[in-house]
Amino acid sequence: MTAVPISYYLVLSAILFGLGVVAVVFKRNIITIFISIELMLNAVNLAFVTFARAHNQLDGLVFVFFVIVVAAAEAAVGLAIVISLVQNRESLNIERVNLLKF
Amino acid sequence: MPILDHLWIILALPLAGAAINGLLGKRWPQTAINTVAVGSVSLTFVAVAELVREFWQFSGPLPYVNNYFTWIIAGPFRVNSELQVDQLTVVMLCVVSFVGMLIHVYSTGYMAHEDGYYRFFCYLNLFMFFMLTLVLGANLIVMFVGWEGVGLCSYLLIGFYYLRKSAADAGKKAFIVTRIGDFGFTVGVLLAFWTFNSVNFSDIFHQLSTMPAEGATQVGVLTAIALLLFTGAIGKSAQLPLYVWLPDAMEGPTPVSALIHAATMVTAGVYMVSRMNPLFSRAPLAMLVVAIVGAVTALYSATIGLVQTDIKKVLAYSTVSQLGYMFLACGVGSYAAGIFHLMTHAFFKGLLFLAAGSVIHAMGGEQNMMKMGGLRKQIPVTYWTMFIGTLTIAGIPGFAGFFSKDEILEAAKSGPNANIWLWLMGIVGAGLTSFYMFRLVFLTFFGTPRYDEHHVHVHESPKSMTVPLIFLAFLSIFGGWFAAPKLVGGIDHFSKFLDPVFSAYPVPGAQAVAAEPAASGSLELLHALTGWPVIVAVLGLLLAWWMYIKSPETPKRLAKSVHGLYLLLLNKYYVDELYAAVIVRPLLWMSTHVLWHVVDEELIDGALHGAARTAQASGGELRKLQSGNARSYATWVVIGAVSFTVLLLGLWMAR
Repeated sequence: MTAVPISYYLVLSAILFGLGVVAVVFKRNIITIFISIELMLNAVNLAFVTFARAHNQLDGLVFVFFVIVVAAAEAAVGLAIVISLVQNRESLNIERVNLLKF
Repeated sequence: MPILDHLWIILALPLAGAAINGLLGKRWPQTAINTVAVGSVSLTFVAVAELVREFWQFSGPLPYVNNYFTWIIAGPFRVNSELQVDQLTVVMLCVVSFVGMLIHVYSTGYMAHEDGYYRFFCYLNLFMFFMLTLVLGANLIVMFVGWEGVGLCSYLLIGFYYLRKSAADAGKKAFIVTRIGDFGFTVGVLLAFWTFNSVNFSDIFHQLSTMPAEGATQVGVLTAIALLLFTGAIGKSAQLPLYVWLPDAMEGPTPVSALIHAATMVTAGVYMVSRMNPLFSRAPLAMLVVAIVGAVTALYSATIGLVQTDIKKVLAYSTVSQLGYMFLACGVGSYAAGIFHLMTHAFFKGLLFLAAGSVIHAMGGEQNMMKMGGLRKQIPVTYWTMFIGTLTIAGIPGFAGFFSKDEILEAAKSGPNANIWLWLMGIVGAGLTSFYMFRLVFLTFFGTPRYDEHHVHVHESPKSMTVPLIFLAFLSIFGGWFAAPKLVGGIDHFSKFLDPVFSAYPVPGAQAVAAEPAASGSLELLHALTGWPVIVAVLGLLLAWWMYIKSPETPKRLAKSVHGLYLLLLNKYYVDELYAAVIVRPLLWMSTHVLWHVVDEELIDGALHGAARTAQASGGELRKLQSGNARSYATWVVIGAVSFTVLLLGLWMAR
């Protein structure tokens, strides 16, 4: 069985990351943006494990665990913020959250 | 030898007095301030007296140096904080501490009704500290510290009545004019270091001892250093052309005029020239300049003194004139005579100023002699002491000034660098001195009162003021008798005492100047008593008596008949106006129209405002980026990340 070349994993990771970026920039729904960020994090995770396997080192795996932990924390805090936003604005549209400016 | 090994004590005492009065004295009663101020200076005098006793017993090599710590090291430039004592220092210390002490005592009476009492004594003590630093310093830098310090105290005390604009202006004038001279002094110190690789007196003199004298018309490096240092002396000792600050300095309280602007600080230049005598002796051209400046100043300011009506102004011009005599003495190579006159002048001019202060005190603040007259009976102690001071400065035989002035004129006539024209100027100046001083006495104390007798209550000054007067009068009579044996064929003890300082580094090739006078004592005496100095002094006295007592209308008629000359003298040769037109006004114009309106307002303020405006404008544009739209922030983050990545990739590929 021939191994899948490393570039496949990296291209997939890049595509996922690009999708996340595009979604964050263009989507208006806060939940969608939130999920897109998770997507970007996991794209990065994919790149980490790819390199970890390619170089046969554990460092990348360690980073992946950190990213997962941070993502969990971020999900908790972020969803709390989303809930309070919805309570105040009664909408999930990020355009409505624009008070903090000059 | 407690003091000789701890010279710092002499400096610490007045400094401590200044610190205590300055920091704590504000709420203290006058007696407490008096105790601290007079006490510290009296202790200084006691320390100096003890120093003299130890110095007498000391037989080792001189100068005796105390080195405390290294102050500055910068490459080869090395300055120690060191003090030294030799014969010259001893003379100066005695004069400064004793006259200083008397004037402190006098001030407790004179300033009793003034505001800022503690401030006055703080400055006065501080002045003593700096003046003693100046004379004790063992290198040019320590000397310069004292030199500038006394200038500072002079400024503070001239402007003591700082609410009066004329006093504040006079303070500034004194500070700025002396600064011009000090610039020359500083350059001279640098040039001395560049030449000798040291600023220490002993090192410099040691290197000088092998150097021959420069030619009389040659401006070598020694002449340049000497002339630059002398520039400092011109400023500090009020010689032509920088004398203009001293008459204005009379705005300060009278004890200040007596201590700083007559007895001690203004003589610093003479002290410096004498201290640097091995240098000056090798620079004949500089010596000639010193002598000419001294002689011309002596004559010039004496002529101005002839017509002044303010009692203190007369004394101020007289001081300038007498300082000229001291420089004349140094310039013709008779440093001892210069220092001798410095000492007697400190006694009699201090006395005259303090007596004038007593007169002003008695008249309730009046300084115009035309509004005095007939004060002889009301204030006898002041009258008698002032009369003694006048006899002394006029050079009447037997009084201190006679001996010192006679020595100067003798040196100008037959000394090593004698010059008959300088002598002539000195003689004419001496005659004028006698005239204007007796004019002062006759106008003030004789004739009929010209003040309103119902309003002015003339009263003798308190004991604290008259006792210093009596002490100084005593010294004005006997202070010159060190030199008296010379007249009967003996030796001049004063020059003999100072001789080690002035002949320690003789110029190679030049024959030593005989310190011993010619024999035939009675002839000397006769010669001195009938010499020109005495003749002109008596002539001046008689002329003043004739003009101001015998026929008092003469001065008015004379002023009318030579009106132009009279106005010229009364307006001090229009020198102040000339300086104002040539220097001050162009400088002011330049400062206002170029430095202020262009450089400051346009360039400096412009740069500042420009920077502020740029920041404000760019901020105004940049703040629009913060739109409140979270998605646009995300876009910026992406753009930043992408461009950073592209940049890194570009750099990586370019490698």
